[in-house]
Order: sequence, then structure tokens, then C-alpha cells
Amino acid sequence: MPKVKIKRKSTVTDMTAMCDVAFLLLTFFILTATTKQQDPLPVDIPSSTVNIKLPDTDISTLMVGQDKVFFGVVGQDVRINTLERIGEVYKINFTDQEKKRFSLIESFGVPIANLKQFIALDNSERSKLTQPGIPCDSGANNELKQWILQARYATKELHNVDLRFSIKGDSKEEYPTIRKVIDILQDQNINKFSLITSLEGVD
Amino acid sequence: MAELDTSGGGNKKGGKVRTKKQSTRVDLTAMVDLAFLLITFFMLTTTLSKPQAMDMFMPDKDEKNPDEVLDVKASRTMTVLLGDDNKIVWYMGVIGDNPPTVDNYGKKGIRESLITNNKDVIAKTGDPKKGLMVIIKPTDQSNYKNFVDILDEIKIAGVPSYGINNKVEKAEISLMKEQGAFK
Repeated sequence: MPKVKIKRKSTVTDMTAMCDVAFLLLTFFILTATTKQQDPLPVDIPSSTVNIKLPDTDISTLMVGQDKVFFGVVGQDVRINTLERIGEVYKINFTDQEKKRFSLIESFGVPIANLKQFIALDNSERSKLTQPGIPCDSGANNELKQWILQARYATKELHNVDLRFSIKGDSKEEYPTIRKVIDILQDQNINKFSLITSLEGVD
Repeated sequence: MAELDTSGGGNKKGGKVRTKKQSTRVDLTAMVDLAFLLITFFMLTTTLSKPQAMDMFMPDKDEKNPDEVLDVKASRTMTVLLGDDNKIVWYMGVIGDNPPTVDNYGKKGIRESLITNNKDVIAKTGDPKKGLMVIIKPTDQSNYKNFVDILDEIKIAGVPSYGINNKVEKAEISLMKEQGAFK
């Protein structure tokens, strides 16, 4: 009786499919990772032990550093609507192209008088420019107040939810500047907001 | 799958020199290794870069009815003054009643004070809900990091209630000057 021979199987596996999947995932992660734009202001955020993630939608970020305040709101539709409203308040007409370009700017800090010029710049020029920050001194010239107010109206109109605010401050920033921003928010009865921090372990 | 067909042609006999057929199968192991390494890297960096949000509530700034303030017994309150150079001055109750203490930020500093004060107050009132009430007063010489740190310490120490007050009294400034925490 002949012995039953077990056929030896090759140990070489075909890795092509695995390689395909791996690179597909890699491409996906690279693309999603690079969409984050660089901050116009270098901000070293303080750390805390809080472990709650920041929401992705309907949030506005006020960046505070070097005595300057930068404003940014999430969502292209909200940005366009906010710009239209700001144009109405300050009697400036923005073309459709300008609105489109503005909707791609994540955060900015220029007075409204210079906004048209700022929108006209391209990305690399914009990152080189030192932005003076949004005027936020109390009085008639409080542009930050208008931005906050119009962004709130825009979010309410488009998404029917309240816009949330978060403050992204530099660790070394003196408290009076932070207080100024908090006061502007409180003047509009916004008593709840988030402070953006990085994660730190409890020691 | 990924191999090229190289068997075509060249089937004639004759004195022609035949080149040796080489396998076109490429070892993909190293490439897959690298790809997965990069995937891991990008996955971790994208999830870690999402910032944390510390929710914060400010007391209602209603100028119409200023009388509507929360009444808290002075013995339950602890006023924390944030000074310059990362220093904290705190006192219990009304200013002048209890001697002020200078602390620093960190595990051995303000956190311990908050925990012991909270325990004392709960022991005094006998109600775990009526714990310490911390009033934070950041001065002009404190920075944003101090502010975030003190909120964080309060959260870690488990103090039930806190409030932020931006009006620093003159007596408090001079108190801080005495302690060397204000210039």
C-alpha cells in the first residue's frame, strides 16, 4: 500500500492584496492629516488633565497670543454667511470669488478695513504676513464683537444650533487680554465656553 | 497577480543563445512593513492632535439685578489670588480673618491645600454637598497658564463649586504685595 503523501504547501504568501490595502489606508491617513492648516499665530497651549475632545462642528475658536486676537469659525457655509453679514454691517460688498476664498481661511486676524486685501493674497503670502489681530478694544471700534455676533447669527440661521466658543490662548499670555475676550463674550450673554488645552497625565 | 508574463516568444530551436528566465516575483514584505509603520504613525498623530476642551462657566453678568448673587457662608469660601511669577496667595473666609498662605502650582502646593480645606469644610458642615467654594481672582500679572492650571487643580481636587471673579480688591493687592506675589 502506497503511503499517503501530504503535499507540501508553499509558505510564500501573495502579499499584493495586503500591500494594496496598506497603501490605500496610508493614502487616506496622509490626506486627512494634512488638511489641517497651519495656525497664523504660534500658540503654545497649556496642558490640563481634562480628557474631553473638542467638538468638530458649530464651534468658533478665538486664538489669543502676543496681545492679539484671531477669529476663526468652522464650516465653509458659516464662514460665507458671516462674511455677508459683516459686509452688510460695514457696508462692504464682497464678490462671490472673495467669499469663496474667504471660506477657505481657517483663522485670521486683520481689521475689516484690510480684509479685502487679505482675501486677495494667496496662501503662501498669507502665511508670511504678520497679522495685526482683530481690534477688540471696547468702544465703537470693537470688530471682534461684530464677528462673534454675526457668526452666531449665521450658525443659528444655517444649522439652527447655538455656536459654541473656545479660547485657544498662549501659556505666557497675560491675563488682561484673556479677560478682555471673556468680557466680550459675556457681554453677549455667553457664559459657557471651552478652553483648549493639551493632554497631560495626573501626577 | 502582480507578476508579469514573460513566457511569450522564443520557442524556436536552433543555435540561438537563450537568456535565462528570471523570476519577476518581488518580495513585498519590506514594503508592507513600511506601509504599516507609516499607517500606524499617521493614525496616532491624527487622533492625538485633536485638542482637549476644558469647559468653563462664568457667573452670569447680569447688570439688571445685581442683588441676585449666590449666598455662601464666608466660612465655606476660599479666595485664591493668582499673582505674578507663578505664585498663589489664598485665604479662607473674609479678608483679614485668616492669615494668607502662599502656594505654588502643583501636587504638593495648591492641590493639597484645596483637598484639606475641602475636607475641613465638609467636616464642619456635615454635608458632602456643601463643600468648599473657591473664588478665583486672577490679577493682571498672572498669565493664562496659571488660570488653566488652577481650574485643573480644582477639578483634580474634587472641589464641588468654584467661581471666577475679575474684580481684585485693593486690600487684596496689598496683601499680595506683603507676600511678595505682586509687583
